[in-house]
Amino acid sequence: MTEALLASRIPLENYAGVVGAGEIEELRALAKPLRNRSIEMINSTAVGGGVAEILNRLVPLAEELDLSIRWDVMQGAEEFFDVTKSFHNALHGEPYQAKPRDFEVFLSYNEQNRATLPLDAEFVVIHDPQPAALIDARQPGSNHWVWRCHIDLSHPNRAVWDFLEKFVSRYDGAMFSSPEFSRQLPIPQYLFYPAIDPLSEKNCPLDSEFIQQVLHRYQIDPQRPILTQISRFDRLKDPVGVIRAYRIVKRYFDCQLVLAGGSASDDPEGALVLKEVLRAAEHDPDIKILELPAWAPLEVNALQRASTIVVQKSLREGFGLTVSEALWKKKPVVASAVGGIPAQIIHKHTGLLAHSVEGTAYQIRFLLSHPEIAAKLGEHGHEHVKENFLITQKLKRYLALFLMLDRRL
Amino acid sequence: MNLAETPFDFVTASYLTRIGNQSAGTLAELLTGLEHCSDASIFHHTFQTLGTHHFLTEGFSNDFAQWTHSSTNRNDLAEQLAALDIRDYTSIAALRSDLCRVVRDFCEAQPQFASQSGLERFYFCESVEVTVPLGHSARNLDEFREGLTHLSHAAFYFHFISSRLRLQLQTNDFSHWLSASLGLRTLADSINHIDVYTNTLDSARAKMLRLIDRERKKV
Repeated sequence: MTEALLASRIPLENYAGVVGAGEIEELRALAKPLRNRSIEMINSTAVGGGVAEILNRLVPLAEELDLSIRWDVMQGAEEFFDVTKSFHNALHGEPYQAKPRDFEVFLSYNEQNRATLPLDAEFVVIHDPQPAALIDARQPGSNHWVWRCHIDLSHPNRAVWDFLEKFVSRYDGAMFSSPEFSRQLPIPQYLFYPAIDPLSEKNCPLDSEFIQQVLHRYQIDPQRPILTQISRFDRLKDPVGVIRAYRIVKRYFDCQLVLAGGSASDDPEGALVLKEVLRAAEHDPDIKILELPAWAPLEVNALQRASTIVVQKSLREGFGLTVSEALWKKKPVVASAVGGIPAQIIHKHTGLLAHSVEGTAYQIRFLLSHPEIAAKLGEHGHEHVKENFLITQKLKRYLALFLMLDRRL
Repeated sequence: MNLAETPFDFVTASYLTRIGNQSAGTLAELLTGLEHCSDASIFHHTFQTLGTHHFLTEGFSNDFAQWTHSSTNRNDLAEQLAALDIRDYTSIAALRSDLCRVVRDFCEAQPQFASQSGLERFYFCESVEVTVPLGHSARNLDEFREGLTHLSHAAFYFHFISSRLRLQLQTNDFSHWLSASLGLRTLADSINHIDVYTNTLDSARAKMLRLIDRERKKV
């Protein structure tokens, strides 16, 4: 069984209250020429991770527009996922010595999946490197194939990219989350932003009573400014840098810092980083380091809504959807200018960008001193997300892509 | 109430952003990019940006100005680029020519800044437009008002802003039809004078609806 089971469904009409009836009508108009046309989305996991989360939302919405869409998950054993995990890290620029056996394993599992997956839809969308070699199943001139890359390819490991490029070059197009991630390819490349779902538990409106309960549970004082970074305990998210920025701010403002991320118990590297963070915090009672359960969307939502300023001080970032989540909640955001963050933070319009610990601290101090500017950034940020980073916009982009491929624009 | 022979057909447009092969890290490279990028790229970073960032009504009018401001910190040049008003242009060639002139003049006058690296690179992208009919049309002012009320931002932007290039006139689809098909020249002019830089798409539409209501009261 390869077809993914959808976790939940939110009717398309429910989004009219968020984006307006005109936007829903527009989706229907764009989908009309594609009615009953077949689409197959393929990725490598049905649960966990941003891609599965987005497909879980996107596929049922597309079905409501009468598209014949299915979502298949490629199958593989541990050896395959070990190789693809190494490829993933190598494509992100980590040192990696690829062995011939790794490429054989990759090709072998792609071949096995070619035998079991339908791959005959009019539009086939392949997500990320793992299933990239499925393109070998394509019959010349038969259907449209596009490759959606969700990872940062700005500094890829040469050997791994050279291997993948041979497959990617045979698609009709490739989609990236940021222009910075694109490559020199002989096929058209498009900008496809990830998206948040405004009606999901992570982003839906919450009762203030629930928010207060969450603050109480974690002993966070609602009367004093709250700076928050939501991210896993990963050096690339620079949690220690956030603490250093907080200490500078603390000289001027009696604020608190919340660092909240998923549990590090089953992630050896995460556990190490967590130790470093705890050491850096030096038992400061105003630094709250929260290991949230693996999936605690309502708590994350509440912490973001309770924050005075949301920080995302990553050293490297894929897209950084936590920024859009905070902006959607009208929060002023101070974030690093890396990966997809500058697409979300238009400096001085929808938030403030920073390039160092000191810069981050300065921008936070500036916003704490000017709450009226902070509020305006939050308002603009909300509009920016509404216009560009909601699941309905993502669906619209896919519809435009399929129409374009169909018309061969 | 006037009945138009030619109905107004409401259309919507969706835009895909195609990533180009050019990028710029300095003002000199921005100039090279401006000289050689496609027309679709100039359209994307000026007209299209006005649609996707319509909620910003101050200090932001095109991507070139924003990058110059936030990445190279040359606020004087950013101001000049932001001052270019897309409503003054009926061709991309003319707009490109002015963008190049402004950047070239600055680089010649202040060569020390021309090769200074910006904080982030500027990536030249293009818009690919996909249009589809919304399936409803208007033959009189009441029907037009009704259709206008329910348009998405993209559809409103398509008729009100990007239409200027299509029509190669200093007007928009709405004003063109109101004037040519319903003979409402004053209303058409008033609508055409709504400032797209200091209004959001929503506030521009609200102004338009108020102008239409005023016209309807005359009948």
